[in-house]
Amino acid sequence: MNEKSKTPVTLIILALTIVGLYLANRFLDAYQIRIINLSGIYVTLGLSMNLINGMTGMFSLGHAGFMAIGAYTVGILTMPVTMKEMNFFMQPIVPFLADVEWGFLPSLFAAGLISVLLGVLIGAPVLRLTDDYLAIATLGFAEIIRVVFTNTQSLTNGALGLKGIPNYTNTWWSWGVALITIWFISFLMKGTYGKAFLAIREDEVAARAMGISLFKHKVMSFAFGCFFAGVAGGLMAGLLGTIDPNMFRITLTFNILLIVVLGGLGKIGGTVVSAVIVTVMMEVLRFLDEAIDLGFVRLKGIPGMRMVVFSIILILVVIVREKGLLQRTKGRELTYAKN
Amino acid sequence: MLKIEDLHMRFGGVVACNGFNAEIETGQIVGLIGPNGAGKTTIFNVITGVYKPTAGQILYSPAANEHHQLSGLGPDKIAKLGVCRTFQNIRLFGELSVLENVFIGNHLRVKSDVFSTVFRLPHYLVEEKRMYEKSLYLLEKIGLQDSRDEKASSLPYGMQRRLEIARALATDPKLLLLDEPAAGMNPQETMELIQFIREIKQEFDLTIFLIEHHMDVIMEISEKIYVLDHGLLIAEGDPSEIQQNERVVEAYLGVG
Amino acid sequence: MGDISIFLQHLTNGISLGSLYALIAIGYTMVYGILRLINFAHGDIFMLGVYLTYYGVVYTALPWWIVFLLAPLLTGFVGILLEKTAYKPLRGSARITILISAIGASFLLQNLGIVIFGGRPRAFPVPQTLNHVVKLGGVSINVVTFIIPAVTILLLIGLTYFTTKTKTGLAMRALSKDYETASLMGIDINRIISITFFMGSFLAAIGGILWGSRYPQLMPLMGSMPGLKSFIAAVVGGIGNITGAVIGGFILGLGEIMLVALLPRLSGYRDAFAFILLIIILLVKPSGLMGGIREKV
Repeated sequence: MNEKSKTPVTLIILALTIVGLYLANRFLDAYQIRIINLSGIYVTLGLSMNLINGMTGMFSLGHAGFMAIGAYTVGILTMPVTMKEMNFFMQPIVPFLADVEWGFLPSLFAAGLISVLLGVLIGAPVLRLTDDYLAIATLGFAEIIRVVFTNTQSLTNGALGLKGIPNYTNTWWSWGVALITIWFISFLMKGTYGKAFLAIREDEVAARAMGISLFKHKVMSFAFGCFFAGVAGGLMAGLLGTIDPNMFRITLTFNILLIVVLGGLGKIGGTVVSAVIVTVMMEVLRFLDEAIDLGFVRLKGIPGMRMVVFSIILILVVIVREKGLLQRTKGRELTYAKN
Repeated sequence: MLKIEDLHMRFGGVVACNGFNAEIETGQIVGLIGPNGAGKTTIFNVITGVYKPTAGQILYSPAANEHHQLSGLGPDKIAKLGVCRTFQNIRLFGELSVLENVFIGNHLRVKSDVFSTVFRLPHYLVEEKRMYEKSLYLLEKIGLQDSRDEKASSLPYGMQRRLEIARALATDPKLLLLDEPAAGMNPQETMELIQFIREIKQEFDLTIFLIEHHMDVIMEISEKIYVLDHGLLIAEGDPSEIQQNERVVEAYLGVG
Repeated sequence: MGDISIFLQHLTNGISLGSLYALIAIGYTMVYGILRLINFAHGDIFMLGVYLTYYGVVYTALPWWIVFLLAPLLTGFVGILLEKTAYKPLRGSARITILISAIGASFLLQNLGIVIFGGRPRAFPVPQTLNHVVKLGGVSINVVTFIIPAVTILLLIGLTYFTTKTKTGLAMRALSKDYETASLMGIDINRIISITFFMGSFLAAIGGILWGSRYPQLMPLMGSMPGLKSFIAAVVGGIGNITGAVIGGFILGLGEIMLVALLPRLSGYRDAFAFILLIIILLVKPSGLMGGIREKV
C-alpha cells in the first residue's frame, strides 16, 4: 500500500542495473557477457512461467514449445535473404518468407504474438483440465510443436535447423526485455485482473462464485505467459545464432521450472534472483560435466553430473519448503490423494 | 425475486433434491432448514450454477421487468446477475490478505480492460480507488479494518465467516445466499450476526436466502421458512407455522 | 496376398508395441489410482529395468532367464525407494508440488543414467531363444513379436487375480476408490503404496526387457518417450482403470504402427500421434474410454 516509498527503491534498482550493464559491457569478456545475456533471458522465462503456474495456479509445461515458436519466428524474420538461400538447400523456403528481412524489434514482437496465437489456439481447449492433465497436455503440445518443426522442411528447414541468425541480442536487449517483463507482471498483479488470477489459484470454486470467469482469466494469463516466452525464445535465437528443433526439448522447460520453484511459486523478486543464480550455476557447474585442467592435475568430468545436482536440488527444495509450509498450516484438510 | 419450480437434482443414482418449489419475494429473508444431508447445500449449489439441475426451473427477477433463467448458466454469470453466496465450509482465498479478499469481490464489475490496469490509466485508477474504498468500508462494517493486511486463513473462524459475507457483498448482490453463517459461533456472536444480517439487508437493499442449523437464528430472522428432508420439501410457512407443523417437529425439531 | 501379408505384419507389430505400452501404462494407472499422482519417473524406471538386465546378462555369469527375473524384482525395489524419498515426504501437499518432485525424480534418474551407464547407446543382449525369425504363410516374423503379447496376457491374468482375489489386491482397490474410508478401516496405507510402486515398477521392467529384445538399443533417455506415451495410453483407456490401460496401450501401439504403414508421408509425425490422441480424448471424453476415476467437485 505504501506506493510512495517504493518508487525511489525501484528507481535506484533500475539505475544500478543500467550502470551494472554498462560496466559489464566495458570490462567483461565475451563468455561472461553471454552468461549475463542468458540470465536476462531466463528472468523473462522464469517470470512468464511463474505467471501461469505460480500466480494463476495452472500447471503448464509448454514453455519449450512457446520458446521454439518465438525462436523460429525471429530466426526466419531476421535472417538475411542470402543466408536463407544457404540454409534451405534441401528444400527452398516458402516464397512469402524468402524475401523477408525484418529488424529485431518488430521480429521480437512478431515472436511474442505468434507464440500467443498458437499457444492460445492449442492451449485454450485444455485450460479447463485439472493440474496433472493440463501438465501432460501442454507437455504434449510442446512435443507436437517440436515434431511439426522437424517435419516442415520448407518453413523451418526441418531437423537441420537454422544457422547464421544475426546476433542482435546484447545485454541491453536481454535485460531490457527482462525489465519490461518485471514491470509488466508486477503491475498486472497489482491490478484487479492480477488479483483475480490469484483468486483462481487459491480456490477456483470460490473465484467463480465471485463472478470471475475461469476461462477468460486463464486464457488471459496463459496468453501473457506465451507472449513473454515467445519473446524470450526470440532473444535466445538472436543470442545463439543457431537453432534446431532438438534444442526445445522438455529439459529446457525443466530448467525454467527449476527457476520458478527455487524462486518461489508466485514470487516476482524471488524468480528474478533465482533466474540469475540458476543461470550462473549452470555455467559454474559445467566443470562437473566437462574435463578441467588445473595445471598440475587433470580432472575427468562426468557428463550428466550437472543435471543430477540440479535434479537433487529441485526435489530437496520442494520437500524442505513444503515441510515448513505443512507445519504452519497443520490441521487443514489434506489435499494429496484426496481431491 | 427468485422462483424455483419443480427442481430435481440427481447424481448418478443418488437423488439429492426431488421436486423442490420455492418463491422468494424481493426484500424477504427466507430460511431453508432440514436435517443433515437433506439437500440444502445442493439447492444452493444449483441456484448458483455449481451444478446444472437434472430438471426444473430457476427464475430470477432482480427487477420488475427483468427475468433470467438461471438453470444452465455458469456460476460467474449468475454472480454477475446479482446472486452471490457464502460457503458452508468457508472458501476464502486463504493465502491472500483480508483486504485482497474483499477487493477481488469487486472484480466482476470492473469496466477497464486488462491493459488499462497494467498501464494504470486514469480511468482505471478512478475505478480502483473506488473499489478500495468500498472494500475498506465493508471491512469496517464487519470490524476487520485493523486486520486488513493479515492473511485470510489466519483469522479466527467467526471472523472468516464474516469476511466471506463482506466478500460476497463486494459483488453488489441483489440476492444473497448464506450457507450456515452462524456455524461454530457462540450465542453472543450469533446475536451479533443476526443484527448484522438485518443491517446489511437494510443498507444494501438485499433479499436473503439462508441455510442455518441454529433454530433460534432461523426463527428470529426469517419471514418465511422452507423445510427439507431427504431432498423433499416437507413444509413451508412463517416461523410460527413451522414450529407447530407436526411433520417438521417429527423429522427435525423433535430430534434436534 | 502380398498386401494381406504386409498388413498382418503391421498388425503383429502393432499388437506387440501395444502390449509394451500396456505393460508400462499399468504402472501409471495403479499409482494414479491410489495417489492421484502422475509418476513422471515411471518411464525412467522402465529404462532402469532395461539397464539392470543389460548389466546382469553381460557382466554376471547368471543364465539370462534368471537375470530376466531378478532385474525386474530389483527395479521393483527401486520403485519403492523412489516413492519413499521423492513422494512420501510430500503427502498432504498440493498436487502441483508433488508433480514438480516427480519431474525432478524423472530428471534425476535420467541423468544418473547418463552418469552411471554413459551417454553412448548400448546393444541389448537379446537371448538367441527369443531372437529368430519364423515364417508364417509368407510372413516372416521375429519370435519376440509373439512372446511380447503372450507375456503381457499372462501378467494381466496374474494381475487380475491379484486385485480381485487377494486381500492386498482388494485393499488396493478399496484405497483407490475411497482413500479416507480405506484408511479409517485400518488398511496399512504405506504398505499398500509400497506394493503398488513395486508392482508397477516390476511390470515396467518386464516391459523394458521385452522392449530391449524388440528394439535392442539402450540409452539413458530411452524411457522418456515410451513413458509419456504409456501415460497417454492410461488416460485414453481411463486412468485408474487397469483394463482401460491395456486397451489404451493397444490403441496407441496399433495406431502408431498403422499411421506409419498406411500414411508413410506422415511418418515423421509418429511421435505427435499419441499427443494428438490424448488431446482429443481429454476434450471429448476426459474420463477415458473405459471410465476412470471421477473427480469430486
